[in-house]
Amino acid sequence: MRSYILTRIAGLIPTLAIISVIIFIVIQLPEGDIVSSMLDRLQAQGVDTSEEYVQNLRAQYNLDKPMVVQYFYWAGNFLTGDMGYSYLFSRPVNELVWERLGYTLSITISALFFTWLVALPVGIYSALRQYTIGDYLMTTLALVGLATPPFLLALIFMHIGFEWFGISTGGLFSPEFEDASWSFAKFADMLAHIWLPMIIVGAGGAAFTMRILRANLLDELNKPYVVTARAKGVRPAKLVIKYPVRIAINPFISNIGLMLPALISGEALVGMVMGLPTIGPLLLQSLLNQDMFLAGSMLMWLAILVVFGILLSDLLLAWVDPRIRFE
Amino acid sequence: MSEAVSPAAGAGAAAPEAIVRAEETTISPRQLMWLRFRRHRLAYASGLFLLVLYVVVIFCEFVSPYSTTTRNQDAINAPPMSIHFFDADGNFHLRPFVYAYQMEVNPDTWMREYSEDTSRMFPIRFFASGESYKMWSLVDTDLHLFTTDEGGYIHLFGTDPLGRDMFSRVVYGGRISLSIGFVGVVLTITFGITLGGLAGYLGGIVDRAVNKVIEVLQCLPALPLWMALSAALPVHWSPLLIYFGVTIILSLFGWTALARQVRGRFLALREEDFVMAARLLGADTPRVIRKHMLPSFASHIIATATLAVPAMILGETALSFLGIGLRPPVVSWGVLLFQAQNPLVIEMTPWQMMPGVAVVLAVMAFNLLGDGLRDAADPYSTGGMK
Repeated sequence: MRSYILTRIAGLIPTLAIISVIIFIVIQLPEGDIVSSMLDRLQAQGVDTSEEYVQNLRAQYNLDKPMVVQYFYWAGNFLTGDMGYSYLFSRPVNELVWERLGYTLSITISALFFTWLVALPVGIYSALRQYTIGDYLMTTLALVGLATPPFLLALIFMHIGFEWFGISTGGLFSPEFEDASWSFAKFADMLAHIWLPMIIVGAGGAAFTMRILRANLLDELNKPYVVTARAKGVRPAKLVIKYPVRIAINPFISNIGLMLPALISGEALVGMVMGLPTIGPLLLQSLLNQDMFLAGSMLMWLAILVVFGILLSDLLLAWVDPRIRFE
Repeated sequence: MSEAVSPAAGAGAAAPEAIVRAEETTISPRQLMWLRFRRHRLAYASGLFLLVLYVVVIFCEFVSPYSTTTRNQDAINAPPMSIHFFDADGNFHLRPFVYAYQMEVNPDTWMREYSEDTSRMFPIRFFASGESYKMWSLVDTDLHLFTTDEGGYIHLFGTDPLGRDMFSRVVYGGRISLSIGFVGVVLTITFGITLGGLAGYLGGIVDRAVNKVIEVLQCLPALPLWMALSAALPVHWSPLLIYFGVTIILSLFGWTALARQVRGRFLALREEDFVMAARLLGADTPRVIRKHMLPSFASHIIATATLAVPAMILGETALSFLGIGLRPPVVSWGVLLFQAQNPLVIEMTPWQMMPGVAVVLAVMAFNLLGDGLRDAADPYSTGGMK
């Protein structure tokens, strides 16, 4: 097990290196660079920008050096945890990103658990009661859930929340807690708000997982060992839970790798619609204003989240399923 | 044996009859696949629905009564019209008709409120002359699938804040949104087969390199990167260039699932006897791949490709919804939804969400069709024919 963990962790390094190169290329793609966008901003404010000043700025951001060198400066800064200043907000990039990353992480993880919480009972029910009205209802709901873009779901839920329950559903906190420091009351307030984005982000994943669980369980239920157990008189509930469900549930863990990127994408989208203090809205803002260091740092962090999530799911799977760790 | 080769000779014998029956029941793999697919009623219906949808958007100038920019000053933010056969007095009309809008400004909210003006009705004319347009930018004509007489108007899905017909805009938007899915998938298939095939066939270092790329790309959350790439598309590009740019961006991350599958198939097929036989007979590599290996999993590729379309459509919709994908005056479902960003819109003018309904229906149909195709292409599935 230990050697398995070590090889998996060692395998992360090249992956993260390639990801960082891709992200660096992506943030270099827009025309112009950070200094030219800063100058646009300054000139719009009527500040005089002399040639010398521009040269100094470019040197400060290492823009006068070749691309490869710039990449290593960028990657080095990231590794040492100094991502510089966001010119858009005039605050350190780290400060901006960290606070939002926490919210993104909490919504994504709670959405993941919501996915399982819904998919497990519904999937089992649907498989055991195949071709009944309940099954048709659930599979249809899952189909619609898979086909609805998260932002549409967010709009609809916000409308329902406003119309039927009279609550304003945007944001993650009530106005009085927005700028308050952390306290138990603020945490409770967050819990009162987080469930809606959690459901919206998790809906697609729940539909996806439920369909997989249903299909796997149906395969499993027709196997001879189940027939044998049934013939021997094992109680139906115990029979299903003890063996077929345990096998059919493996994709719950192995699919984390597939679902995490999708959940994070969905969260970014929902965050923008609902005005959540997460990475999504900040990313859009920084992209539109070409604050590329800020954008690059966020992209990198999101990728790291996913990579470590996948590592965790692989380790979990190896722990659950011995066939994998001895491969 | 002699009887068997000349079935017509032995009219009364039992053996020829058996052979004839055997011929009737022997079907090729492709026919079997088609039969299995037909049994999948939901998938079959979805296929037909998508066929209709594509025909509609191909001929969208003809199907929609108005262009995407025509404004009706009498109908600003007006609700969908209902089609009537009976008028207010209960008389039956064979030709369906709609009532004109009657607009009132609510004195409390200052909102325009519309009701049906039962004194003015507009009969619907089919295959009649209406607004003139250029079919596929080639032929001048004014023929529409349905329209009303001069002076009348018809808004089946209502109108937007500028008085433009929602139905026409949804149909035109479908042309862009659905074609992005299609073009994107062609690109996806090209990337996927080439890279997956190379990895599976050549193996070794190529295989490891491609695998690493796939692994990395599957780790990346697609939407944030799509956002970054779309935001990088130059502002001064023409709508057509932006369209292709967005399509390429979407397929850049979409090919990995297909490539993985193709690679797996290649690895398995490489060891098969028929491939070895073909090679021993002197077939070169491209021929072995094209003539012997590809046909044996072409149906899987089609199924996977079909399942890749929804991601493209949803991706385009999301990007345009955020305002960094396609931009007006181009009309796509995502661009139309961009106007409906505010929850208030759902409350005041819910019909502006019609493009969203179109997205859900199209994506659902593609998912069902893809599932059906995948089941039909799987030789081990019974496809409901147990």
